[in-house]
Amino acid sequence: MKLTQTNPNFFKSIFNGRNAVIAIPYIWLLLLFLLPFIYVLKISFAETIYARPPYSPLLIWGDSWLPSIKASFDNYLFLFSDSLYIKAYLSSLKIAFISTILTLIIGYSIAYSVARAPTRWRGILLMLVILPFWTSFLIRVYAWIGILKTEGLLNLALMSIGIIEKPLMIMNTDLAVYIGIIYSYLPFMILPLYANLEKMDMSLLEAAADLGCRPFKAFWTVTIPLSLPGIMAGCFLVFIPVMGEFVIPDLLGGSETLMIGKVLWTEFFYNRDWPVASAVAILLLAILVVPIMLYQRSQEKAIS
Amino acid sequence: MKRFGAFNIFSLIVGFSFLYIPIILLILFSFNESRLVTVWGGFSTKWYGELLQNQGIKDAAWVTIKVAFVSSTMATILGTIAGLVMTRFGNFKGRTLFSGMIYAPMVMPEVIIGLSTLLMFVALAIDRGIFTVTLAHITFSMCYVAVVVQSRMSSYDDSLTEAALDLGCTPFRTFMLITLPIILPAVVSGWLLSFTLSLDDLVIASFTSGPGSTTLPMKIYSMVRLGVTPEINAVSTILVGVVTLGVIAASLIGRRQKQQILKTQHT
Repeated sequence: MKLTQTNPNFFKSIFNGRNAVIAIPYIWLLLLFLLPFIYVLKISFAETIYARPPYSPLLIWGDSWLPSIKASFDNYLFLFSDSLYIKAYLSSLKIAFISTILTLIIGYSIAYSVARAPTRWRGILLMLVILPFWTSFLIRVYAWIGILKTEGLLNLALMSIGIIEKPLMIMNTDLAVYIGIIYSYLPFMILPLYANLEKMDMSLLEAAADLGCRPFKAFWTVTIPLSLPGIMAGCFLVFIPVMGEFVIPDLLGGSETLMIGKVLWTEFFYNRDWPVASAVAILLLAILVVPIMLYQRSQEKAIS
Repeated sequence: MKRFGAFNIFSLIVGFSFLYIPIILLILFSFNESRLVTVWGGFSTKWYGELLQNQGIKDAAWVTIKVAFVSSTMATILGTIAGLVMTRFGNFKGRTLFSGMIYAPMVMPEVIIGLSTLLMFVALAIDRGIFTVTLAHITFSMCYVAVVVQSRMSSYDDSLTEAALDLGCTPFRTFMLITLPIILPAVVSGWLLSFTLSLDDLVIASFTSGPGSTTLPMKIYSMVRLGVTPEINAVSTILVGVVTLGVIAASLIGRRQKQQILKTQHT
């Protein structure tokens, strides 16, 4: 008691301010999450030059007291003039959309089965879903190279059984990318679906059955609509990051696999064109800003 | 009404086979005598021995452990505060932006986060290295901690805090003596999650690291690009082992937390 009363004003000045507590994580995120985007935006209007850093300044301090602004839209015009970029955005949208749907179908049947499993199994089943979610992304993608490549384990197995005579060419195709994405993102889909399905009131299904509804129809008209929040959360958690995926198309995809995350990486690391890479990032962000906001809103709703 | 039928068993078997067969094969072939990753040449641990000779991997592992340890600890502190702010501070000014900054990094493509963070470091003339990787890792990890803590706080009994405050305890002491012990399991699993996130990250580290701060995923990535080798399988197996132990620890902590909640509800 004595301790707390020694200097109340001192504590008050620091902790009274709930504002001070809010400010700590707030300022951190402003500086290290939000502020960087302003730099990306700025550099996306710059020109590539041979210097360090390799872009032209946006503000030029001349003789007058106001700096002159030197912004160019060339990077954006370039993105629209070269069909590579448009194709990469469209192809990313297509790959993200198809793989989200496939992941949803596979993930739903697993999440549904885990949620319907006997209670004593559920803990261990859920842990089996979570374990790969924590295991390195890179390692899980790498594991598929050994399976899918021409002289890989899948082809060896299928050929030894005699199902195929010539090895399947899966590695370095879009199919390999889809397999990699579904495999890597499946836990992200299962977890929110399971959280939702587990809470579902089974008596609703019993009521439907009592009233003569067939199990399949009950599933479509009761289970699916009730699990919609879980479906939404899972789809956002897959679709948004897949749009900018780099590791999977890089390691499993071929030269024809166009994804914008890989284009951005190439512009930055191989072409050293920072302004174009920034413009690519800004356009990708523009595509994703609505899904991200919808995701945030759905999460806030779920918490409150 | 039949609840758990043939379809459920089928989808669980197929689903878990899909999730686990690649990892099991990866582990299996790390003990392969042959250099060919697809031909079994007998059991051997020689690739693990070779790993110990590889200075590049050892250096990268050390960098990764340092970054993961510091960033997860910082992320846990900041994320716990952020989780409390989200649940216990009502509707303060700028709340929507705050929650946006908590949720967005969890889904934002890593290439965007990596590029933007790097461009800021360059513009501010901050030298790239272990320090910048750590800063970037703290930032995205703290969001995961905030969400974990936030979901724990939603079942937290506010009357405990009110009682302590009414009895003259300062907010800070109330937090340390009442709130923190109760939410500790969530804080610990947040720390473990941050640690593995930092351990796994390739993309953000590639952007924000500099010479001399190559992390283990960056090293593995450069090896993978050269081809599939048993050494990669060996280092992957070790990583999978470490993470598995962490997840088991976290789930045991989680189970204790659940029992604790049940106990407090019954008394």
